[in-house]
Amino acid sequence: MLIPCPVCGLRDSGEFTTGGDASIVRPAFDDGDEAAWAAAVYDRSNPLGAHEEYWHHVHGCRHWLIVARDTQTHAVFGARLAGAWAGYQSGAPSDKPGPD
Amino acid sequence: MAGYRLAGGGGRVDRSKVLRFRFDGETITGFAGDTIASALLASGRLMVARSFKYHRPRGVFSAGSEEPNALVTIGEAARTTPNVQTTMAEASEGLVVRSQNAWPSLNNDFGALTGLLSPFLAAGFYYKTFIGPFRGAWMLYEPIIRRAAGMGAATREPDPDRYEHAHGFCDVLVVGGGPAGLAAALAAGRSGARVILVDENAEFGGASVLDTATIDGSDTAGWVRSAVAELAVLQNVRLLRRTAVYGYYDGNVLAGTERLPAGDAAAPRERHWRFQARQVILATGAMERPIVFAGNDTPGVMLLGAALAYVRHYGVAAGRAVTVFANNDAAWHQAAALAETGITIKAIIDPRDAGPEDSAKTLRAAGTVFYTGHVVTAAEGGKAVSGVVIAQFDSTAGNVSGGATTIDSDSLLVSGGWTPNVNLASQAGEPPVFDSGTGAFIPGTPREAWAAAGAMTGKLALQSAIESGFEVGVETVKSLGFNALPTTFTVENPNQEVGFLPLYEIPSNGPGKAFVDMQHDVKASDVRLARREGFSAPEHLKRYTTLGMAADQGRTSNVNALAIMAAEEGRPIAEVGTTRFRPPYSPVTFGAIVGRATGKHFQPVRRTPMHDWHEKAGADMINVGQWQRPRVYRRPGESVEDAYIREARAVRNSVGITDVSTLGKIDVQGPDAATFLDRVYTNTFSTLPVGKARYGLMLRDDGFLYDDGTTWRLTETRYLMTTTTGNAAGVMALLEFGLAVDWPDLKVALTSLTEQWAGVAIAGPQARALLTKVITDIDFSDKALPFMGVRTGRLGDVDVLVSRLSFSGELAYEVYCGADFGLVLWTTLLEAGEEFDCTPYGLEALGTLRIEKGHVIHDEMDGRTGVHDLGLEKMFSKKKDFVGKPMALRAALTDPGRKRLVGLKSLDGKPIRAGAQLVTGSDPNLPGGSQGQVTSMGYSPAVEAYIALALLERGPERHGETLYAADPVRGLHGPVKVCAPCFYDPDGSRMHG
Repeated sequence: MLIPCPVCGLRDSGEFTTGGDASIVRPAFDDGDEAAWAAAVYDRSNPLGAHEEYWHHVHGCRHWLIVARDTQTHAVFGARLAGAWAGYQSGAPSDKPGPD
Repeated sequence: MAGYRLAGGGGRVDRSKVLRFRFDGETITGFAGDTIASALLASGRLMVARSFKYHRPRGVFSAGSEEPNALVTIGEAARTTPNVQTTMAEASEGLVVRSQNAWPSLNNDFGALTGLLSPFLAAGFYYKTFIGPFRGAWMLYEPIIRRAAGMGAATREPDPDRYEHAHGFCDVLVVGGGPAGLAAALAAGRSGARVILVDENAEFGGASVLDTATIDGSDTAGWVRSAVAELAVLQNVRLLRRTAVYGYYDGNVLAGTERLPAGDAAAPRERHWRFQARQVILATGAMERPIVFAGNDTPGVMLLGAALAYVRHYGVAAGRAVTVFANNDAAWHQAAALAETGITIKAIIDPRDAGPEDSAKTLRAAGTVFYTGHVVTAAEGGKAVSGVVIAQFDSTAGNVSGGATTIDSDSLLVSGGWTPNVNLASQAGEPPVFDSGTGAFIPGTPREAWAAAGAMTGKLALQSAIESGFEVGVETVKSLGFNALPTTFTVENPNQEVGFLPLYEIPSNGPGKAFVDMQHDVKASDVRLARREGFSAPEHLKRYTTLGMAADQGRTSNVNALAIMAAEEGRPIAEVGTTRFRPPYSPVTFGAIVGRATGKHFQPVRRTPMHDWHEKAGADMINVGQWQRPRVYRRPGESVEDAYIREARAVRNSVGITDVSTLGKIDVQGPDAATFLDRVYTNTFSTLPVGKARYGLMLRDDGFLYDDGTTWRLTETRYLMTTTTGNAAGVMALLEFGLAVDWPDLKVALTSLTEQWAGVAIAGPQARALLTKVITDIDFSDKALPFMGVRTGRLGDVDVLVSRLSFSGELAYEVYCGADFGLVLWTTLLEAGEEFDCTPYGLEALGTLRIEKGHVIHDEMDGRTGVHDLGLEKMFSKKKDFVGKPMALRAALTDPGRKRLVGLKSLDGKPIRAGAQLVTGSDPNLPGGSQGQVTSMGYSPAVEAYIALALLERGPERHGETLYAADPVRGLHGPVKVCAPCFYDPDGSRMHG
């Protein structure tokens, strides 16, 4: 599987480690709601089809990515950086998104 | 003696280069370019193997990777390779080849007696029979049965050869170098696209060798030569011979193994390829299909096309009195071609009324007798074909009629039509679909970016195969944005006829066995048995009979088995369908998969800057993750235990040093660094003064303990975090996740410094005196550098960072410097410490010292324990929020009934084993249930007893109880006293002094 890292380009999945389902809503760190945390930690759906996942480019730029792919066909639709760098695309003429 | 070398022919052999190899001790002579099979055939060897289950005599059946029978073991000692197809393996000078599955010899095989028992040995026999008389009886029988059946045996010696991994990136990967693949590669290569053309054979050309056409004025061999020559000079084209593509994976990744020719000692033995292609052209061709009849596995029965390939490639004839059994026009052309080389074709047997007239004319002229409307009902002979039994065939009723006639013959060549090779297409596509033109299956719709060309799509005729290769090649490169050049070619005098009568099996009521899958000894009757017992779906048929599961992946057997099942079911073959084909299509050696990652290259080895010193000092090194750390520095005559007790005593009595360079070190910087650390640690770091360190605990989201370590505040906005050796990478990834996903607003930068800093811990009552001698710019008095204080100083010219930390419970410091100066720091401390008898100590002493203090490491923080379990509640801030807090507070994790940390003291003077279970029963046979387990242990010189840390149900409430540490695997069951986890200096006066 190849992952289109917005920083490094199309790279082999062996350079990444997976961080699991990116659609899960993680409560804020100061949210003491045990049930919401339990859902975020333990509840996992097993979706068929389009799915978003966290992948960490550990042997590359070390950015955390959100990769959209299909769990049935394994097709990778695209990837964006997580968090403040979400709009960044290497080589794209942009006014540098990310932390100021 | 059936086969022999012809005077002429043999485009692949060099008759000027004679080579000799050994087969079962006998010298076989061949020529450079021969396969083992062609040389054996030329020498007249008929029987070359014994079959898997019934030990039936078997000979060479094919000329390619479909070979089910002629498997041998090649090489000797450590280079022994079992189950090699003689049809694929090239002969080389001095090669040692041995037959398999025969004892005492191939000719007189004791195991062949199993053939007499064959009425009882049908599919599923063993599993049905050997189930009793008691539970587990199968375990008793299995090794004996497995020994009787089987293939070659692998060597137990380490493989001395080298294997490589290679990556092939290209615009177009063409799999299969027959006429269609060559045409596709030419079309793609001429456009400038990056092309890789792969073929499993030693030479390109595929089945074009079977056709007598001329292409652009050359014979087929000449056309192949010029196509390969053109491709070879194109800089954008790579040609890979001897490379079997065995798997088609997601994202247009394909895998293959390349066998390097023998003789080049510098080359690897095999190269594993991982292809990444934008587009793939599958041109995997078709393989000739046998017909199932009684005795169809007798040595001397061979595929017709294979016999012609042996003539054309190697100048080898299959026999002197040849009979042909075929159901299609192409077979008549091939028979005619054989006759033209001077081979005597005694008879041709065809269930149809007539063959194609032009070839019939040639055959008639050569004296061949035609038995049209006939079929072969049996091959007679046993160890070699001696006669062919034929009978009239009613093609409308599909059965044999009339009496049998026997034709004396030493060789029976069979052609049941051609089976497209759909394996790779099926791996990356929808199920194959039935094609009536070939009576077999062709590729379904692609699921990856591939297109199929040539015979694998049912286009068996040479001209249509080349045409489709060019077409698909052009379309493919156009789709990738390349300019394809127009291509023309002229084929003259090709074998155009495609007349074909589907015929898969000649049913027989006689005693002879009719084999469908010869490699796994699956008979036509086994397919019928499977159906009677309810296993009629292809996936069930496969698993029940093991059909198609051998190393040849059913290349010659799948379609015949499905046809027999379809006939039994009274359904069309199309409805029965195929199994799903899965990788690997060809066997892959472990060597190729492993590549260079073996022995000391198994994984990267990480060494500290002081590593060489440790080794020179005679330390026993131990792996901690990828790191190598000293375990003990044994002196002559010392056991491991003697050594660590001496080292631990030295720390308690004077001073010792230990290498802590492996600890994870992360530089945390930025205006929000303090806020960030407050969120990831259970305790507070924003209140930590500059120049102080604090021990911190990190939880996972689920509230369980993840890691611990000290973090030092270097400036207002900069911290140095240390992690455990094993978790350094994991902690870094977790921190990066927090910043990327949870708190993108925090201004914090993280840098791993683990390998940039070397570290030494100095522990013991004389630690202060020692450091005062060697480090300048720091006042080491308790007031100036209190417990947990952090200072910068100098060791000679080297900048150092010093923190007063203690893991051992003694007065202790950690000193860090740039990795390049680690050895200087280490040796300077040792030299200056001579007056204090400064002792280097390893992990074992470190372990015993920390167990005495009740300090936990990953043995206790094993991912299943929380702060509450390990008595670390004091570290759990109630004033602030942090990762994992809500889940750590849930009732299940704070339940007092959980297993919690305790100390144990051995009451019988024997070691307490880590992993032992804590039970109440004193009798090893009546232990009662486990109430906990021992996590770490050692001999404590301070307590003068074996002590341990353990996790025990309601542990803190049970101090003073006597329990038993049960280790039934080692036969240990010793009494232990439960106590507080801290055995030594509980008020900490020593480290605070």
